[in-house]
Amino acid sequence: MTQWMIKTGASRYGLAMWYFLAAALLLAAPLFTSDFRLNLLAKFLAFAIAAVGLDLLWGYTGILSLGHGVFFGLGGYAMAMHLKLQASGGRLPDFMDWSGLTKLPWFWMPFQSFGGAVLLGMAIPAAVALFLGFFTFRNRIRGVYFTILTQALVIISVTLITGQQAFTGGTNGITGYGQILGHSLAAPETKLALYYVTAGVLLATFVLARIVVKSRFGKVLRAIRDGENRVRFLGYDPSRYQMGVFVLSATLSGIAGMLFVLHVGIISPSMMGIVPSIEMVLWVAIGGRGTLIGAALGALLLNGAKSAFSESYPDIWLFFMGALFIVTTVFLPRGIAGLAVDGWRKARRIVRRRKEVPEHERKGYSAV
Amino acid sequence: MSGKAILQCKDVTVSFDGFKAVQGMNLSLEASGLRFLIGPNGAGKTTLLDAICGKVKPSGGSILYRDGIDLARRKEHQIAELGIGRKFQAPSIFPTLTVEENLELAMKQKRGILATLRAKLAAAERERLAAQLETVGLAGRQRARAGSLSHGEKQWLEIGMLLLQEPSLLLLDEPAAGMTDRETEKTGELLQEIAKDRAVVVVEHDMEFVRNFASLVTVMHEGRLLMEGTMDQVQADDRVAEVYLGKRREAAC
Repeated sequence: MTQWMIKTGASRYGLAMWYFLAAALLLAAPLFTSDFRLNLLAKFLAFAIAAVGLDLLWGYTGILSLGHGVFFGLGGYAMAMHLKLQASGGRLPDFMDWSGLTKLPWFWMPFQSFGGAVLLGMAIPAAVALFLGFFTFRNRIRGVYFTILTQALVIISVTLITGQQAFTGGTNGITGYGQILGHSLAAPETKLALYYVTAGVLLATFVLARIVVKSRFGKVLRAIRDGENRVRFLGYDPSRYQMGVFVLSATLSGIAGMLFVLHVGIISPSMMGIVPSIEMVLWVAIGGRGTLIGAALGALLLNGAKSAFSESYPDIWLFFMGALFIVTTVFLPRGIAGLAVDGWRKARRIVRRRKEVPEHERKGYSAV
Repeated sequence: MSGKAILQCKDVTVSFDGFKAVQGMNLSLEASGLRFLIGPNGAGKTTLLDAICGKVKPSGGSILYRDGIDLARRKEHQIAELGIGRKFQAPSIFPTLTVEENLELAMKQKRGILATLRAKLAAAERERLAAQLETVGLAGRQRARAGSLSHGEKQWLEIGMLLLQEPSLLLLDEPAAGMTDRETEKTGELLQEIAKDRAVVVVEHDMEFVRNFASLVTVMHEGRLLMEGTMDQVQADDRVAEVYLGKRREAAC
């Protein structure tokens, strides 16, 4: 689908223009929005990063993961652990104190440095994805069986984190921190800076994903979606490609999770559970899987709709969300991006026909 | 080179839940030449090809490639990398990729993740792609989605992909199925041409086609080698007539 858009939509020049436009919009957004809205938008942009990552896996390679909440959460915890340690200022984090711990657990140590936390916020999701991918893809577990395993991963992770309250903060998650690298998280300047960081990371993610998708690697991914066995008989090892894209996708989710924590100030098991994992898939499905812009827009629009509905109709907003899902899945199987592509195609056809008509008239054909 | 075997199947047995689709089949192929594999339905022809290309694992016997590489121990993609190409009965191309992209992926190249991330089509490769498009009659359609091609065009695209793989041994399962007479003719000529510098095995049911293009024919029956020879020898053979027509049973009745 993307390919089609690029071919008919615009040249390379036109594409650069779109990127420029998107960057300008993101850059200018703080001028028009309140601090509260800007914070929401920043959160949605973080979601969009995860959506683009998920789209690489599902839209392009055809592997459906219902466990990306875990990777998102692992990134979030990495950042939250660092912030918590900073906030505790050398003493034990409060929840450990309550649980009777007297010493900081060894696995918390690397999170004392910001760099270490950021690195682990990407490396841990990547490692978990590699581990799961190694044992599934190499044994040719795919389709719904793989999807079910990702759900199992969610349940295991949530249970583990909830159960180990002394080490993880349990159901409450990790919260109660106010500073990042010495700047107050609540200060408008910090919020603005974090917004720009998130927007920048989203744009970088987009460019990276585009390079991947346009490369021959990306073509192999789509070929795997079309026929994994045929890929094998061409001499490619599909499991390596599947592991590769799974790791990339999980890493992007981890990055999204880290940024999310900076905007929201809390991470808890409920934010990485089954429902958030499925919600991430819905962003991609409704935005239009197999197109990068669709996935990103899906995350922005759906979360925008969610907060708009819940503000205006606090009692029945969930019904609106449900209706939105049903309408898009029934009438827009290729999502919003698919609708845009079809609309563009139709518009071009009409324009072309208009151009043809006068020629016919000039030649003396009847108008009908 | 000629005279040295590129592939040696010895006593190959393949069983599915106790049913032996291939039982003790022997086959030896030289480095170049066109070999037809025929036999009645259920003779185990396709299963033998599956065993060679790694799709099924033989339960007995050995399949040795070139200088004694045991194919039974290799995975499909490794076997493909060793230079064995396989075409299945139904055309299997990548429908959402363009014709050009299909060919690009098939082209002989490094197939690791890092290699494909950096890969760029060099001018020479571009020319080869264009030449291949010409050969298989798809010039001008390179930007079409492979899924939108007709059945015959898909067959040709797949043949083009196989050729770009530059295999030393090519295994084809009914390549002319669903083609028109003229296309079948063209396929046969192409097969003879490419068999000049590589080994080609063709499973075929169309006897007309076999008669027109075969130099050597191997006949399988009930998972075993029945006989091997030229088409004339095969046609003159009583056992072959018997398995195809059930002659003796008729005579006995």
